[in-house]
Amino acid sequence: MARATVQPAGIYGLMAEFDNPNELVSAAKSTYAAGYRKIDTFSPYPIEEAWEAIGQKDRRLSLIVLAGGLVGLLSGLALQEWVHNLAYPLNIGGKPLNSWPMFIPVTFELTILFAALAGVIGMILLNGLPMPYHPVFNVARFEHASRDKFFLLVEAADPKFDRQQTRDFLNGLNASEINEVEP
Amino acid sequence: MLNPKAATYARPPLIEPGHTMGSITDKISGVVLSGRTPLTWFLVVSIGFMLMGMLGMAVMWLLIKGTGIWGINQPIGWGFAIINFVWWIGIGHAGTLISAILLLLKQGWRTSINRFAEGMTIFAVMCAGLFPLIHTGRPWLAAYWLFPYPNSMGVWPQFRSPLIWDVFAVSTYFTVSLLFWYVGLIPDLATLRDKAKHPAAKLAYGALALGWRGSARHWQRYEHVYLLLAGLSTPLVLSVHTVVSFDFAISIIPGWHATIFPPYFVAGAIYAGFAMVLTLAIPIRKMYGLEDFITMRHLENMGKVTLVTGMIVGYGYISEAFFGWYSANQYEGFMIWNRMTGPYAPYYWTLIFCNIITPQSLWFKRVRTSTLGLFAVAMVVNVGMWLERFVIVITSLHRDFLPSSWGMYYPTIWDWMTFIGTIGMFVTLFFLFIRFLPMISIFEMRTMAPEAKLRETEGH
Repeated sequence: MARATVQPAGIYGLMAEFDNPNELVSAAKSTYAAGYRKIDTFSPYPIEEAWEAIGQKDRRLSLIVLAGGLVGLLSGLALQEWVHNLAYPLNIGGKPLNSWPMFIPVTFELTILFAALAGVIGMILLNGLPMPYHPVFNVARFEHASRDKFFLLVEAADPKFDRQQTRDFLNGLNASEINEVEP
Repeated sequence: MLNPKAATYARPPLIEPGHTMGSITDKISGVVLSGRTPLTWFLVVSIGFMLMGMLGMAVMWLLIKGTGIWGINQPIGWGFAIINFVWWIGIGHAGTLISAILLLLKQGWRTSINRFAEGMTIFAVMCAGLFPLIHTGRPWLAAYWLFPYPNSMGVWPQFRSPLIWDVFAVSTYFTVSLLFWYVGLIPDLATLRDKAKHPAAKLAYGALALGWRGSARHWQRYEHVYLLLAGLSTPLVLSVHTVVSFDFAISIIPGWHATIFPPYFVAGAIYAGFAMVLTLAIPIRKMYGLEDFITMRHLENMGKVTLVTGMIVGYGYISEAFFGWYSANQYEGFMIWNRMTGPYAPYYWTLIFCNIITPQSLWFKRVRTSTLGLFAVAMVVNVGMWLERFVIVITSLHRDFLPSSWGMYYPTIWDWMTFIGTIGMFVTLFFLFIRFLPMISIFEMRTMAPEAKLRETEGH
């Protein structure tokens, strides 16, 4: 922290620490209400109220999974139809070449496979992962975010951010500790 | 919560009282990071590893000599390979049921056992996948009729065959199970990264955690995709054993050609899987002192699921016998009669004893709440479910339409070495997993701690 005070310019943001989820959620609500938008909370387990409080609502994954499923469905069906009608037609017991009911199991499995892959890859990429470095890890206390503490971050990039005023504001939110986040 | 009346009916808690988020984190990650590995772990892994070596020998000899070293011949062309394949893949199903279906049903008790059971799924599917791979004796030739890739012969797989459906079902199942498992692990890997002292461990867990930092924006998408994955896995798991049962049901062999096979196989799979979860959970919770998290209530619930699925399987056996009689088809009727009184009758009746009679003891709370009782029942069911596949495969094939082509099946030493070897492989992989990854989902367990509850959501 000493370094951050020596170089006044260029901090990433301010991070407030809380002992329990209730304080985190109410602090996040107040910060959002005060007009801050470039904010984030960190918790050791998912808290629905926390992402609602900071206005996080991303439903794109539903569409990504749907698109993945459709691609799997169409490519699975197209592959089998192509193989059995055009590429390698085989007469098995006089059955029609386009015996589509027999193609359902593989089509179904490929639908699920592509949908699941799209969902997981989509989640990782939308979250900006993998990200080996992130400024929040510069806060020594932050290792408790994966254990039992709760954090609220206000980024310096927020137009409303002011080093002293924001610190004073966070101080009024019952935070147990406030740290500057080095970039 | 504050209603005193409600307290009298309160079910036992899902974790023992007195735990905080911190103590839960320390306890579960301690298994991996403390470096105090119990002596039994080394014992189990060395036995498992030796058996795995035996598997390697058996497979090597198979690749050198071909499938002639196995007991299969006319008329029994499908022997241990398919029996073991179905047995292992069935065991995997309980893991997906616990992680996906119980999640959708909002069963809080799944939290203590889902990671564990998902690991079991992955290793069981690996053991299962080995058999289709080696069963031709020439796996390097199997690629072109299993996977659709453009080859110089211009030949494509036969997509009307249930065996090809199986390839797609099992490989999809393995991939999706692995994804589900990994997604669940990401936040816990971040915990291990933050807690690990050794730089190599920090680096390894850090790389696997992808830089997870518990951001609410990430959690929102994470929870969203986790729910979607559960929704995708639920029909998937039902489809996998359905497709496995099609391997039999699509054929015209009496004893295989039965419409009840898909539901009956799926129930049997979950039944075998829960027995295997119990078989693993009971000794391991003792070994690592995890009784606080995997409580008697969890074990009892698993006992109840075992009982219910066992009854469905029993219904399947009765239906098979009924179909044999009611079909008025001499081949169907003979098949059932031969199963009950023919040369393989002792196997059939042992199977009935293992899968229908023994689990009835789970009606008694005394058995369901005794680790020894549950473990004994689970072991009997494991054996019974293997025998079930043996009886279905062997007795249906050994005496079919023409008496002139009847025969008997005698597994060879190489069959047994391969089968027992996969058990060693399963045990080795599973114990490596509990040594290096958290066997209980830490972040989900944290939500069970009293201080994790939000005021606004109390009373829900």
